[in-house]
Amino acid sequence: MRSIWRTLDRDLARDIGLVCLADLVVGVSYGAITVTSGFPVWAPMLLSLLVFAGASQFMFVGIVASGGNPIAAVVAGLLANARHLPFGFAIGDVLGERWASRLVGSHLMIDESVAFALAQRDADRRRAAYWACGIGLFVCWNLGVVVGAFAGTVISDTDALGLDAAFPAVMFALVLPSLKDRATRLPVLVGVVVALATTPFLPAGLPVLLALVGVLAGVVAKDPAERPEPVPEPEEVC
Amino acid sequence: MDPVDLIIATVVLAAGTFAFRFAGPVLRARVTLSPRAEKLTAMAAVVLLAALVAIWTFTQDGGFAGYARPAGVLAGGVLAWRKAPFVVIVLAAAATTALLRLVGVP
Repeated sequence: MRSIWRTLDRDLARDIGLVCLADLVVGVSYGAITVTSGFPVWAPMLLSLLVFAGASQFMFVGIVASGGNPIAAVVAGLLANARHLPFGFAIGDVLGERWASRLVGSHLMIDESVAFALAQRDADRRRAAYWACGIGLFVCWNLGVVVGAFAGTVISDTDALGLDAAFPAVMFALVLPSLKDRATRLPVLVGVVVALATTPFLPAGLPVLLALVGVLAGVVAKDPAERPEPVPEPEEVC
Repeated sequence: MDPVDLIIATVVLAAGTFAFRFAGPVLRARVTLSPRAEKLTAMAAVVLLAALVAIWTFTQDGGFAGYARPAGVLAGGVLAWRKAPFVVIVLAAAATTALLRLVGVP
């Protein structure tokens, strides 16, 4: 564990800290919204500790609070979280060989930790970025939720702070280095168009997964002649 | 909602989510991927993250998110492209959107 902190340079640590801070504020709002919509105080804390995936937690609470079926809320949350399967395939090696670190590391897998890992050049930095971001966010998110659940409506409207624009901008900055690779640009473009075009018609979570057809487009465009050898396509496992 | 039902629903959602998270690294360790397949898995993750950026930027509950948010993301995006420090990107995106909302842009 100590080597992780040694590999983390100042800039990377500061960037990760900033994202953790923003997530803490969103956590406060999540805790407040959940409790004010009639949930017991422990509910947002339990969800945040065990599920630890913001978008699916908001969705779960929203559906149950509006009188929806809890089974529908669970299914919607699972659909939103299915993207972690291809994520794990991409960054699985940063979790190491030991089962303990795989178990803990898997739980820390979220959009931000994956994006930070993918944005690093070498394996050591990837590992350091993943763990630092995962642990930092787990602590900040849960801390924020506890504060929000008890403090109520202190910051229930993060939209007024523009935080909803900060998250996509952060993610864009992290994805940007990967777009330097020309072979990645077409798949990304196709994926983004498919996701946006299907969002009005499909339940949340599904359009993101459908973006994976962009990867197929990349495969087809790259070698029209040569069929790929049995490649485990992430699409199929979903 | 009954507390017991709430706990059961939470645990089921948590278990399913963990299964998704755990399956990737475990399967990944079982199979030896060709360098090409390995590139494809990384590409798939980038495509997913880019799709998330687009959905978060433009949509809200399946509809259009309004103009303030995309404008903020655009400001942050341009700064990211110009290699501005992370702090500047985050603050510019949030401030642009917050100010636009303050003057009444949806």
